[in-house]
Amino acid sequence: MEGVDIIEVRDLEHTFDGFAAVRGISFTVRKGEIFSFLGPNGAGKSTTINILTSLLPLQKGTVRVAGYDVAREPGKVREAIGIVFQDDVLDRDLTVWETMEFHGRLYTIPRDERRRRIDELLRVVELVPKRDERTKNLSGGMKRRLQIARGLMTRPEVLFLDEPTQGLDPQTRMRMWEYIRQVNEAGTTIFLTTHYMEEADMLSDRISIIDHGRIVVSGTPEELKNALGEDVVYLETEDDAKARETLRGIGEIRSVTESPRGLSITISADGSHCLPQIVERVRGAGIAISSVNLKKPTMDDVFVHYTGRELRDEGA
Amino acid sequence: MAWEFLTVYWREMIRFVRFRTQLLSSLLQPALWMAFFGVAMSSNFNRFASAVQVPAGIVPVDYLTFMAAGVIAMTTLFTSLFGGISLLFDKNWGLMREMLASPMPRTHIMLGVSLSGMTKSFIQVAIIMAFGLLLGVQFFPGFSVTRIVLSLLGIFAFVGVFSLGFLLFSSTISMRLESPEGLQGIITLLTLPLFFVSNALYPIQAFPPLLQALSIYNPLTHLVSGVRYFALGSDFFAVGARYTSTTADVLASFAYLVLFASVMYFLARRTFQRAVVT
Repeated sequence: MEGVDIIEVRDLEHTFDGFAAVRGISFTVRKGEIFSFLGPNGAGKSTTINILTSLLPLQKGTVRVAGYDVAREPGKVREAIGIVFQDDVLDRDLTVWETMEFHGRLYTIPRDERRRRIDELLRVVELVPKRDERTKNLSGGMKRRLQIARGLMTRPEVLFLDEPTQGLDPQTRMRMWEYIRQVNEAGTTIFLTTHYMEEADMLSDRISIIDHGRIVVSGTPEELKNALGEDVVYLETEDDAKARETLRGIGEIRSVTESPRGLSITISADGSHCLPQIVERVRGAGIAISSVNLKKPTMDDVFVHYTGRELRDEGA
Repeated sequence: MAWEFLTVYWREMIRFVRFRTQLLSSLLQPALWMAFFGVAMSSNFNRFASAVQVPAGIVPVDYLTFMAAGVIAMTTLFTSLFGGISLLFDKNWGLMREMLASPMPRTHIMLGVSLSGMTKSFIQVAIIMAFGLLLGVQFFPGFSVTRIVLSLLGIFAFVGVFSLGFLLFSSTISMRLESPEGLQGIITLLTLPLFFVSNALYPIQAFPPLLQALSIYNPLTHLVSGVRYFALGSDFFAVGARYTSTTADVLASFAYLVLFASVMYFLARRTFQRAVVT
């Protein structure tokens, strides 16, 4: 079933009291992939996810999720999706098991099946020992894992993850990424929003960068980074001016700038292929090299390139 | 028939037992009313009332017994008016999104919450009656066992319908408000007239005409009348006044409460179907 679009969004717009939160976005998510919405807080990510999950009424545009029109058959959409909300949406006074049981009953999963899935999922997210613990006593990572387990209970076709690792420490975040990948490998399509560059970069099959309610650019992480075509080589030599001369004539070099700390050479093609040539030329001219460094563009660079500003962790 | 509301009910009851302070205070509060206000007032009222001659052949009812019905009604009113607050917290803490994003029909949220509120009122009423017995409240004077059972059913039917009405009302407000403080304010504003412009603590016969007319529309008056009818009989004498009621009167009171609850149900349903919570 690869290549089938499981989410189709066309010309989606949404306004809150005159403020346009989403201004005409269109995208598709293919069955089986991890698709990310990357953007700063307030870019329109949560609004989009709320519309896609039928929590907000559709104002303008069309949205189909798992084959159903969100405006016409919200009930069908709700049956087909799972959601992990941005903040910890857990009843503090229910136990881990009760949290799962409550969710399963909301979706009228038959008792035996429900209990089986609870056991299985708690094992997957390693919360079996916390089964009878109230959720208020769980750590941040455990809470998030419980929510993921809960979101998976209904065996959804699409799992929506709204900022799944916000506020988690680095180790826990890595673990969450593993879980998300596991879930995806088991066949669940994942739609996630994030304002963490590395998260989008590490996890996603495809990314849409969203800013001010519009999709700025979409593609695979590689495509987005390659589209910048700006690998940079940093070179320190005993004579930078002379070294600079020797580099004339290498076609892939776009520009060279000299600074007290060495040369930065911007390369229009794949920098790793160009680097040996640069080193040979400089060495061939008898100039000793003290340091070489190749920097590939990161998602940060991609973001800055397409939005003209840094993605800061605003308000998080 | 879908039964998902039982899921919401189940969760509400877990919370009820788990919030120890809430549980304890909700059970203690009516007992304290009886123990302090009831006992203090009854010694006073009984002094005045003894000046009025009780007509021959009519059951005299002491003040504590008279007001016990009022305390049942008052407790039900308070508990029910506050019952919707769990929806407000669910909404504010984002928990409601889980339910709204599920395939469960939205009316089941309010049904589950309301039924659990009704259950809490039942528990409180049972406690008031048991505690009242200890204090010397004389409910069911000279009733046969069968009549006592039927009377209890009658009392619970009245309490049930009344509490559903106010729980649905409280749910409606909770869904429309942003803050618990707002709800608190509205409830405080409402409880005073509802409570005092009723027959809960004293007879309405001596009210000025306007208050008397108002009290007739007060659901609390009808609840109290119903409870007294079942607990004390159709003809008794208390606080210097004679109370008589016919089966028709009681049915009319019950019908009024059913009408009130139905109106509240439709208001709540409309609110829930339109609610947007993100």
